[in-house]
Amino acid sequence: MEKIAVSLNHITKTYDKGKVLAVDDVSLQVKQGELFGLIGPDGAGKTSIFRILTTLLLANGGTANVAGYDLVKDFREIRNRVGYMPGKFSLYQDLTIQENLDFFANVFGTSMAQNYELIQDIYDQIKPFKDRRAGKLSGGMKQKLALCCALIHKPEVLLLDEPTTGVDVVSRKEFWDMLKRLKQQGITILVSTPYMDEAKLCERIALMQQGRLMSVNTPDNIVKDFPAKLYAVKSKNVYALLIDLRQLAEVQSCYAFGEFLHVTLKSDKVDGEDWLRHVAERKGHEQVLVKLIEPSIEDSFIRLMNEEE
Amino acid sequence: MKQLFIFIRKEFYHVFRDKRTLLIMFGLPVVQIVLFGFALNNEVKNVELLIVDKAQDALSGQLTDKIRASAYFIVEEDPGMAYTAIEAKLKKGNTKSALIIPANFSDDLKHGGSAQVQIIADGSDPNVAKTIVNYLSRIIGDFQKQVFATPSIMPYTIVPEMRMLYNEEGNGSLNFIPGVMALILMIVCTALTSVSVVKEKEMGTMEVLLVSPFKPIMVLIAKAVPYLLLSIANFTLILLLTVFLLDIAIKGSILLLFLESTLFIITCLSLGLLISNVTASQQTALLICLMAMMLPTIIFTGFIMPLENMPKPFQVISNIVPSRWYFLIVKSVMLKGLGFQSVWKETLVLFGMAISLLFIALKNFKIRLQ
Repeated sequence: MEKIAVSLNHITKTYDKGKVLAVDDVSLQVKQGELFGLIGPDGAGKTSIFRILTTLLLANGGTANVAGYDLVKDFREIRNRVGYMPGKFSLYQDLTIQENLDFFANVFGTSMAQNYELIQDIYDQIKPFKDRRAGKLSGGMKQKLALCCALIHKPEVLLLDEPTTGVDVVSRKEFWDMLKRLKQQGITILVSTPYMDEAKLCERIALMQQGRLMSVNTPDNIVKDFPAKLYAVKSKNVYALLIDLRQLAEVQSCYAFGEFLHVTLKSDKVDGEDWLRHVAERKGHEQVLVKLIEPSIEDSFIRLMNEEE
Repeated sequence: MKQLFIFIRKEFYHVFRDKRTLLIMFGLPVVQIVLFGFALNNEVKNVELLIVDKAQDALSGQLTDKIRASAYFIVEEDPGMAYTAIEAKLKKGNTKSALIIPANFSDDLKHGGSAQVQIIADGSDPNVAKTIVNYLSRIIGDFQKQVFATPSIMPYTIVPEMRMLYNEEGNGSLNFIPGVMALILMIVCTALTSVSVVKEKEMGTMEVLLVSPFKPIMVLIAKAVPYLLLSIANFTLILLLTVFLLDIAIKGSILLLFLESTLFIITCLSLGLLISNVTASQQTALLICLMAMMLPTIIFTGFIMPLENMPKPFQVISNIVPSRWYFLIVKSVMLKGLGFQSVWKETLVLFGMAISLLFIALKNFKIRLQ
């Protein structure tokens, strides 16, 4: 049986004396050595979960374990064993890269040399700027430095709260490559992101919305579970088409997705593509293009969200 | 130990890279010492005095010369001035005081045995007015003794021989200095440390720091040490300014003064740390320091308003203000030259305050986010 690195049992968190429900009865398990993603928009409750798991906040209900230790009872043990990177850049802006790293290594009672092989890959990229103050670094470099600091004590579990928010596309890709290499070292990684396209880079993901988990599965299975055929439709006037299609009784959902509209029908038709094209042309739309497509994580997310409502 | 050392080194980086704070820390004492030492002086010197001598004889001339010879007055004479003109002059603020010698001054004095002069002072500034009246009365009293030098007329006179002990020349800045020292150390130490912990909360670095095995006491010590050393340096600067700029000698043991000041600084740092631990933003922390600390310190230390004159409840409140005790210690050691045996009680009070504040600060250190 696989070992569980992080487990949450019916965790609930409220703010403002119970007025705001941030995390609503969340249960989930992350296996040891897994790269697990929490996917959801802003306000879904991701940061609250991270702060609960890092023992920074106490949950109002439920229990949780991290690296085999109880969140409340053994919070000191957990603080020793996790690497945490908050959503907001939280290193000392007036210290240089080198000073930040030395300081955090020291706080954990280790030194940079001791776990150098773990951070070497990442550190090499910021090494040329090691005497520059953290506040003067670019977004991508800040994020690499923060990751180095979170890794410096060789944590068992790495908790990364929206590490790629506000980072350019190239740095984001580099970052996910780094996470994959870290995973190979046996570190359990729990990462959150509002970007759906990053979801498929995780081994398993949890889709979150308004404090609730909607689905926990591998990205492939989540896509596979999409229960209907999905069509991408476009015409000369996409907005008018959106309004027209939404009025049809047969159309279950229709939403804009890039330059296309993604459409599902209430009952799957064999010739759904032809049917949609005819409908659109009958309404007077020109240059109508319809194709059957594979759903993405985002499609699944939108569908689950609509079902919840 | 090494962990603590690196933690402290990090705090030093923060302090030395924040040039503005350093400027406040070392600029404030200089400004305050100069302000309190020179500008805010309750001595009255060079007051304008209008002498209206209607007598114009030898005796009134002697009196006028005597007044003129003192350093306190800038004398303007106008024998023919009318009362209304005198009042107008006072009203406009062209003079602070007037002395009117009546026409039959000498005659009354010689034949009647007593004569009258009128002193008018601008009472809108009561302290200055009172001082002027005192000065003039003294000069006139002196003059009287000269005139009636023969003991036959005034057989028994009691001459009070006054000495202002510990401050023979009546140097006004002497009383202010211990107070200013207490005030500066209180403000600088408390205000600077009060932002230190809360700054980490605000910048988010506390979030990362909390998720590590460090101990709260380590953070507090690391935060306090740089400010302790800087405050001692600051104190040295204040002492140097006092001795060389204001010409005030340190009568007691310098070592004792330094030790007592270190104790006071630690008390203030603990208070700053406590404020830092219970507030959520740097602004709140600074506001609490300035509003809730500065005013009580000025009022309850006793260097501007004597505590003895306050209503009983205020006197009781003043006991919890650390600077009040430090003020007493500095006055005793620095100005009177007393030793430890005279200030041990005050020292004990400060020590108790430091320990309890540090303990409360430690207890209030939040190990989680709120």
